[in-house]
Amino acid sequence: MAVASNFTAPMKEIAAAFERSSGHRVTLSFGSSGKFFAQIKHGAPFQVFFSADRAKPEALEKAGLVVPESRFTYAVGALALWSVRPGYVDDDSARLKKGDFRKLALANPKLAPYGMAAVEVLQNLKLKEATQAKWVYGENISQTYQFVGSGNAELGFVAVSQIMDKGRIAKGFAWIVPGELHDPIRQDAVLLKRGAHSDAARALLHFVRGEKAAQILQSYGYKTLADVN
Amino acid sequence: MILNTPSVDANRIHARFSLDYPDAKGPAFSLDVDVTVPGNGITIIFGQSGSGKTTFLRCVAGLEKPDRGRLAVNGDIWQSETTFLPTHKRPLGYVFQESSLFPHLTAKGNLAYALKRSGSAVTSELYDRVMGIMGIEPVLQRYPDRLSGGERQRVAIARALLIQPRLLLMDEPLASLDAARKQEILPYLERLRSTFDIPVLYVSHAMDEVARLADHTVVLDQGRVVAQGNLTEVFSRIDLPMRFGDETGVVLKGRVVERDTRWHLSRVAFDGGELWVRDGGDALDRWVRVRVLAKDVSLALASHGDTSILNRLPVEVAELSQDQDEAIALVRLKTGPAYLIARVTQRSVHQLKLEPGKRLWAQIKSVAIVR
Amino acid sequence: MSFSEADIAAIWLTLRLATTVTLVLMVIGTPIAWWLARTRSWWKGPVGAVVALPLVLPPTVLGFYLLVAMGPNGPIGQVTQSLGLGTLPFTFWGLVVGSVFYSMPFVVQPIQNAIEALGERPLEVAATLRAGPWDRFFTVVLPLAKPGFLTAAILGFAHTVGEFGVVLMIGGNIPGETRVVSVQIYDHVEALEYAQAHALSGAMVIFSFVVLLVVYGYQRMQAPLGMKYRV
Repeated sequence: MAVASNFTAPMKEIAAAFERSSGHRVTLSFGSSGKFFAQIKHGAPFQVFFSADRAKPEALEKAGLVVPESRFTYAVGALALWSVRPGYVDDDSARLKKGDFRKLALANPKLAPYGMAAVEVLQNLKLKEATQAKWVYGENISQTYQFVGSGNAELGFVAVSQIMDKGRIAKGFAWIVPGELHDPIRQDAVLLKRGAHSDAARALLHFVRGEKAAQILQSYGYKTLADVN
Repeated sequence: MILNTPSVDANRIHARFSLDYPDAKGPAFSLDVDVTVPGNGITIIFGQSGSGKTTFLRCVAGLEKPDRGRLAVNGDIWQSETTFLPTHKRPLGYVFQESSLFPHLTAKGNLAYALKRSGSAVTSELYDRVMGIMGIEPVLQRYPDRLSGGERQRVAIARALLIQPRLLLMDEPLASLDAARKQEILPYLERLRSTFDIPVLYVSHAMDEVARLADHTVVLDQGRVVAQGNLTEVFSRIDLPMRFGDETGVVLKGRVVERDTRWHLSRVAFDGGELWVRDGGDALDRWVRVRVLAKDVSLALASHGDTSILNRLPVEVAELSQDQDEAIALVRLKTGPAYLIARVTQRSVHQLKLEPGKRLWAQIKSVAIVR
Repeated sequence: MSFSEADIAAIWLTLRLATTVTLVLMVIGTPIAWWLARTRSWWKGPVGAVVALPLVLPPTVLGFYLLVAMGPNGPIGQVTQSLGLGTLPFTFWGLVVGSVFYSMPFVVQPIQNAIEALGERPLEVAATLRAGPWDRFFTVVLPLAKPGFLTAAILGFAHTVGEFGVVLMIGGNIPGETRVVSVQIYDHVEALEYAQAHALSGAMVIFSFVVLLVVYGYQRMQAPLGMKYRV
């Protein structure tokens, strides 16, 4: 099973719960969605692919590498404007509007849905032009987290799942960005052709859509598609 | 009140070094020497390998830093308790054992390296003289790897001269050469002595070089000075801790007093007698060195006229000593103020009842003029 | 092969970075190599190991530590801030600092080897010819160890060009400032723009191959001269 690395923690918990309830064994492989995509295209032996975006599963579908109709949104990410400086970010966009920071970190919008969403937020707040010179890109959302976490960027857009632990902000200060300010950050999963005849793979995909998985997702700051609609 | 100021002798080289190598890589070595030699002429630092002679020379050059030391060269202090001149500030020239020419420079480039750094400008007269003596003009455009071993050493010596040193240090400059090349260079070294008035410290373990070149000798053994003095004196001793085997012998300085053109012989007079030697082309009255090897000296109680041996001298036994071969004895013989050494069997010592004070005849099979 | 404007900007930036890093490394790497080649100090081992660390550490590890160290609370960051330079991550000079650490062994080791092969003797000879320490360095060490210095410069340059992990960690992907070729390739791959990735990657492979070819050819040419000195 190939899992986007930003989904590592919740997937471990979901897989453990699944193994307990079903008796199946799951082997998890974490990494960048882009690398998994290239590997799957060249015959890597994965049965299920949990991507960090929609584009890659869609492209695999077009390439005929997935079981038709198996693609679905397993989680919807939430975005937060985060800083480790005490009081630097309150629960609003005031600091962004003030603009008195040196660097604003976001994930590369070309590569990461969270980055794309961050750009949309800035556009909707009419702050894109004003802040663009201060952007620094993380290649992915976890690198963006490091930029902010190490203090090198005063603030940045990260995934709520990265800063949330048991429903609370674990470290630093954050503004949870309202979902209306950007398109939903949908993370899609697919059943790959290699997993077409695996009962375990189908059972897992079913489990991920269930009630238990939804609870786990929520505790990590993710939403489900049902929450958004 | 008399102030006790250290006296600096203007015409002497005084070196006192003490240094320890607690080296894990080789046997522990220590050098502990106190040497005073004349501030002119060639002083040979003689000793077997491992005796510390090269280390001594490196101390003089400042390439080694002794734990304690003092070095005064003709009135200048190079090292004392409070000063240590680094090598590049000592007005010396150094000829290393093996080729030390810079491989990235031609022979001429190597000489230019010295010319550029010589304390005062080198006159064309000096340059020509060095070129003339070392005979290297034809090879100046070549790189060191295109020179023979002998040519390389001659260029190296020329380079050391062009830096206009006040002291020339030579570390076995001939040791890396075969016998023929060595014979090729020795005359250049002799000319160097007669042409330049630079004191030379010359490290060697070869008796023939010593006999030919030395004015003064310092003998080192295991890092200690075992003898120092003029050449004749030092090599007529048989009480040194080292043995030279077939090379044991004395060097005598004498004057040519007669040339016998019919038999091609010369008569050389020295303090203590006269010797007939093969005529070496030396003019009358010329000072020469003759070397008398101990193995060529035999002893007889009476003078026999009926032998092929040309030279017989009346001598007195001064001292007896054991050679490294237990069948052989070394006998030190006094003739006037000079000494000879004879190498004879212990049986002969017994039969002839040799003991100090005994008078007898020394028969000398051959004598060589070394210079 | 055709390059987009962004690709060309990345190539230009990469060359500028590699040149700067090579110059800085030659200046600070030479004394380190000199010391390592000649010291008998107990510190030789530890210092040599620190210099060689980037050879074995994943670049991301080095990059992560640099990010923290150069950050506002890190030791390097404290120094740069007190000098009024701000913090280094996300700047060209931050990349220079990171690359200097990262490419250090590729510059220090060839110079160190060359100086070790040289031995004491040529320096002693020069000292007896009245050459002082700097004189000895420029007239003896530099010409005799030239192959080592050239190899060091070429490898330092090439290795900086090929650097990725450290740049990724401390660069922030700013066009014209920190977006170098390797990052640009990564972006192309991640964005599934394989054609552009191919073009840049191909250029990189050819560049690296040519550089290594030149280094090996040069070393073979120079080897006999190096040996000559050892009698």
